[in-house]
Amino acid sequence: MSTLTRAEFLADEAHRQVEGQEHEHHHDTGENTIFGFWIYLMTDCLLFASVFATYAVLYMNTAGGVSGKDIFDLKYVGVETAALLFSSITYGFAMISAYRQNRPATMSWLLVTFALGAIFIGMEINEFHHLILEGNGPNRSAFLSSFFALVGMHGLHVTAGLIWMVVMMLEVLKRGLGQQTVTRLNCLSLFWHFLDIVWVCVFTVVYLMGVAS
Amino acid sequence: MNAHSSPSPHSSHSHEVDHGSVKSYLVGFALSVALTIIPFWAVMSGHLAKSTTIPLIVLMAIVQVVVHLKYFLHLNFSKSGRANTFAFLFTALIIVMVVGLSVWIIYSANNMMMSM
Repeated sequence: MSTLTRAEFLADEAHRQVEGQEHEHHHDTGENTIFGFWIYLMTDCLLFASVFATYAVLYMNTAGGVSGKDIFDLKYVGVETAALLFSSITYGFAMISAYRQNRPATMSWLLVTFALGAIFIGMEINEFHHLILEGNGPNRSAFLSSFFALVGMHGLHVTAGLIWMVVMMLEVLKRGLGQQTVTRLNCLSLFWHFLDIVWVCVFTVVYLMGVAS
Repeated sequence: MNAHSSPSPHSSHSHEVDHGSVKSYLVGFALSVALTIIPFWAVMSGHLAKSTTIPLIVLMAIVQVVVHLKYFLHLNFSKSGRANTFAFLFTALIIVMVVGLSVWIIYSANNMMMSM
């Protein structure tokens, strides 16, 4: 088994050397970019983890105010979750279209993804707005401070992703689907799917556990 | 430049980088939907005891994270994807330590304060 892999590896190396340095260099740049972006995402993971830890140690300190059970509407959160989950698969279809060099399809899927992300952010802003109007703003208790910090930070990330997506749509429109553009789309893909993973943790730890306990 | 500067479908195929297919995205999506509906149902219906509900939703979340990593982020142990996977595993270790130990320390402290 291992000798076979070794043989394959050598064959692959030889094949690449025949293909020439120019192409090899070009190909590597994209892969390195994606690996570098992945490392950034891992540091972002640590940032989220520390804010999750903050939430976990503060959520019961409600200072006589509301707890999660009183303010969380799971049906509402379910719709938000659905919007984000659908946006993940539509971005996946955008990537597949980009690899197939299908520009109109890539643009359409990016637009659908953007719309779903915008629905998510709109709903979140609406939720925050209502909480603050009812006097349950981040200054009310340690629980609400950590809630706004955690969910708000995820929301800011999604907003940044939406801005990035607009930039990418303009790039695809103007420059088409060259290798560099596809690499950038790939980085945004990692970012977008990563935010969906963070949201899975948010709805489990904050909303579901908040209502269940 | 030469002919190689245009993106050639051949090179991306021979390299076997996992870009995902429509099918794999749909499988990941279907699993994610199931792994989202089950915990929401468990909490919203209230059929299950709290001692069952909490471990169930945590388990569903962990499985869903793995599903996303495999089907959407294409993490794998192939030659080209290994570095990403190990970077993730290291991050996961740090996260378990940061979150797990924080929670352990603070909850123990809370218990000790209450018993006084």
